[in-house]
Amino acid sequence: MAEQIVNTYLNTPDNDWYKARLSGLVFAVLAACFMLFIRMFHLQIIEGEEFRRLSESNCIRIQNIDPPRGLIYDSKGELIVDNRPSFNVCITPKDAKPIEETFNRLAALTRAPVSDMEERFKKQKGMPSYNPVVVLPDVDRDILGVIEARRFDLPGVSIQVKPLRHYVHNGSAAHLLGYLGEISQKEMDSGKYPGSLRGDSIGKNGIEKKFEMKLRGIRGGRQVEVDARGRLVRVLRTVEEKPGNTIYLTIDQQLQMAAEALFQGNVGAAVAMDPDNGNILAMVSSPTFDQNEFVAGLSHQTWNALINNPQRPMENKALQGTYPPASTYKILTAMAGLEEGVIDEHTTMVCNGYYRYGNRSYKCWRPDGHGSVDIYRALAHSCDVYFYQVGQRLGVDKLSFYARSSGLGSRTGIDLDNEASGIIPTAEWKKQRTGDVWQRGETLSIAIGQGFNLVTPLQMACFVSAVGNGGKRFKPQLIQKVVDPDGDVVKLTQPELVGKLPVHLTHLNMVRKGLWQVVNAGGTGSLIRMKSLEISGKTGTAQVISRARGDAETSAGPAHWKPHAWFVAYAPAESPKIAVAVIVEHGEHGGSAAAPIARDIIKHYLKETKP
Amino acid sequence: MMIDRRLIENFDWGLAGITLAIGTVGLIILYSAVNAGGSTGQEMFYYKQMVWFGGGFFLMFMILMVNYKDLEQWAPGIFFFCVFLLVAVLLVGRVVGGSRRWLVLGPVTIQPSEFVKIGTIIILSRFYARNTSRRGFTLRELLRPAGIMMLPLILILRQPDLGTAMLVVLISASMTLFVGIERRSLVYLFFLGAVVCCSGWFFLHDYQQERVLTFLNPDRDPLGAGYHIIQSKIAIGSGMAVGKGYLKGTQNALSFLPEHHTDFIMCVLAEEWGFVGTVFVLGLYALLLIWGLNIAHKARDTFGTLIAVGVTSMFFWGIFINMGMVMGLMPVVGVPLPLISYGGSSVVTTLIGMGLLMSVSIRRFIKE
Repeated sequence: MAEQIVNTYLNTPDNDWYKARLSGLVFAVLAACFMLFIRMFHLQIIEGEEFRRLSESNCIRIQNIDPPRGLIYDSKGELIVDNRPSFNVCITPKDAKPIEETFNRLAALTRAPVSDMEERFKKQKGMPSYNPVVVLPDVDRDILGVIEARRFDLPGVSIQVKPLRHYVHNGSAAHLLGYLGEISQKEMDSGKYPGSLRGDSIGKNGIEKKFEMKLRGIRGGRQVEVDARGRLVRVLRTVEEKPGNTIYLTIDQQLQMAAEALFQGNVGAAVAMDPDNGNILAMVSSPTFDQNEFVAGLSHQTWNALINNPQRPMENKALQGTYPPASTYKILTAMAGLEEGVIDEHTTMVCNGYYRYGNRSYKCWRPDGHGSVDIYRALAHSCDVYFYQVGQRLGVDKLSFYARSSGLGSRTGIDLDNEASGIIPTAEWKKQRTGDVWQRGETLSIAIGQGFNLVTPLQMACFVSAVGNGGKRFKPQLIQKVVDPDGDVVKLTQPELVGKLPVHLTHLNMVRKGLWQVVNAGGTGSLIRMKSLEISGKTGTAQVISRARGDAETSAGPAHWKPHAWFVAYAPAESPKIAVAVIVEHGEHGGSAAAPIARDIIKHYLKETKP
Repeated sequence: MMIDRRLIENFDWGLAGITLAIGTVGLIILYSAVNAGGSTGQEMFYYKQMVWFGGGFFLMFMILMVNYKDLEQWAPGIFFFCVFLLVAVLLVGRVVGGSRRWLVLGPVTIQPSEFVKIGTIIILSRFYARNTSRRGFTLRELLRPAGIMMLPLILILRQPDLGTAMLVVLISASMTLFVGIERRSLVYLFFLGAVVCCSGWFFLHDYQQERVLTFLNPDRDPLGAGYHIIQSKIAIGSGMAVGKGYLKGTQNALSFLPEHHTDFIMCVLAEEWGFVGTVFVLGLYALLLIWGLNIAHKARDTFGTLIAVGVTSMFFWGIFINMGMVMGLMPVVGVPLPLISYGGSSVVTTLIGMGLLMSVSIRRFIKE
């Protein structure tokens, strides 16, 4: 017992025990301070002279090496976006003194106004004065030669070689590819572009923006020693730049350009898709814009003209434009009616050119009426009266269930920004949006694709593609693969099944038979019938103003009152290889304005891919 | 609270003098750092720093009034308040340069990871003062203090703030080594650390390995850290024996130096005041550290000794890592130079530490 107490006492350190340990700490502190002292002596006394020399000419600098941005090819391996060398004249503020004289000499040699140079120069205020500032971007080879020859009269002036983005088929697929522009302060601060410097170009739109981090590569640089005039003495260290990845698109550039040619003079959009995997083959939005002009630096005037143009050239109408689906929506109404059992193959209805519901008369597009129609004739001739009644039997909420399950009214998830979702209304939606109760008559408009319904051409392309392939809904893909500079594939896109159309195959096949008749059995698309190739499709004529105000579809009003023309199709009818959605703004009739464009896109593609 | 007459008699004038001297030198250098090379809108840093000093000195006096003995009871409260601030940073903190370190409280922005150093010192002092043994701590006994340290450490690494995380570990390790680790456990700990480091290496991605290597050897990154160290060495070395003269530093003026008013402020001192200046400041710091250890020696009880050792180790590692880094002896890690670097939270934390030292110092003769 006593022994234990003594042991405990001996094991419990008192304050003095700790104090004895402090001498170790004192020693450690003195040793560390001595180490620092030795280092100071070494840097400041022994090597001080050399460091003083280096500091006097401020000669150790970093020069950036910009990596070449990744190229973009189409699905066939055709180069569609590359880089060309450009030459910038730079001034290093620290070395170019007096600065005014340098400006004047440069102006005399190049005939460029001094004010332009000064403006660019001022923008870089606050940056270290040993950073070169671009004062004349993208000069031509003559000026380059003159400046090189007079190098000695121009202290602090240097030529910077910089790759500049170049769109081979300028204006083609512009909405899809996007363009480059100088990074803004806001983008710098956003943290989305790590490693960016002021003056860098980044993707501002389309694929260029969405795949910025893959395309840009990694900046390299050189640690160099320069002399008092800013000329390179030697390179101390180099870090190699890493070029950006190459992107292969699913787009077929030849088809893309053929489709764009068909839109010459028209405003609208077209999307062509491979029904077997969701690959986008062409995506047109008309009118387009000049991408290379963006790269070179757009003037305020040009920019304002672009954004104030009523034809909205900067908008990608294929996925940002929302339109009433009009009669193309009847495909959906037919599917829903068959699946819900409110109609079957043998259901017939009589069309006298109008349908009375409540105390209102709802017109068919054909004033004389279609007579007795079944589901096939109703689709082929786009009989409104038939679909009014199908819609009435289904109700708005059932219709919207089928539409939403088929991918309408929601984003497809394509790899591009700013995709619109469109609208597929329900009674609940209207109540929330407007505060009003759903009127049953409104369901009739919905059933023929008018009313609140809004879809994008891309959604319709995906939808008709699923109808064509037997019900498989694929996510639309734009990227075939991404390849790194070593040639290794870093990303290979696989078809992505996002769902199935909510109908049985027997019902879908009835709808498909009706769509075949649209073109091949005297329907509304007869104009584009061909012996050699069977196309199935559906026309649509989207009212811009309410039908009640204009007397008929062909109302002779101002151009912007004319309806939009739709045509959605797939071909060959039996096992489709291509699905297309075409909209021509104010094109009037789907059968005459949109269908021929769709036919020519299909023809071009199938001819090209034929072995 | 009555102010004991003995407190005034025993006031630590020496420590107050050293603090004031380093603070004055700091403001003089900061003035040059933010004013050189024409105005770049940084002058406000100088005035803000003066305000921080004012607030810091006030806190220092408040703390020295408090009997440090009472802190032993309050330690968990203080510690968990600091941890709470760290959690708040992760939830609502402001992101600057990719890390979430700052809390915005009205007009002031604070960096809670700085204050955590004090919280950790106090709670570890309490733990070690209550659980002591001459044979040293065994691994099992160290689990609890290690757990205490891990809590703020993980939160700081989440921000991420590598420099402060490293300081928390080094301060904790210094205090633990001071109270003693049982010999066999020390050997185990050493091997355990070696095994964890080696095996952990293989779990890192290539880019993470690259980052660690660059951290250990800045020369691997000649365009980033390596370039900064070269510029820093040029600035320091070019000061030579007596410097280029106050406000005449060229490296600073041409903004070759990154962070010249915070982590790299030593370069401004070295360039303008030369070897004479750097040795003078090093001498002041050495005096401060020895003074702190002397307070630990004279402390009335174990808790006081441990507080003094903890605070002194906090100063030591800040000084050693910062000076070592700018002179190219150490990895590049953002640690401020106590009382000289710009930074409110750093200044206030340092002065709170001074307050703790003084509180221990002036009560060395008082028995209660």
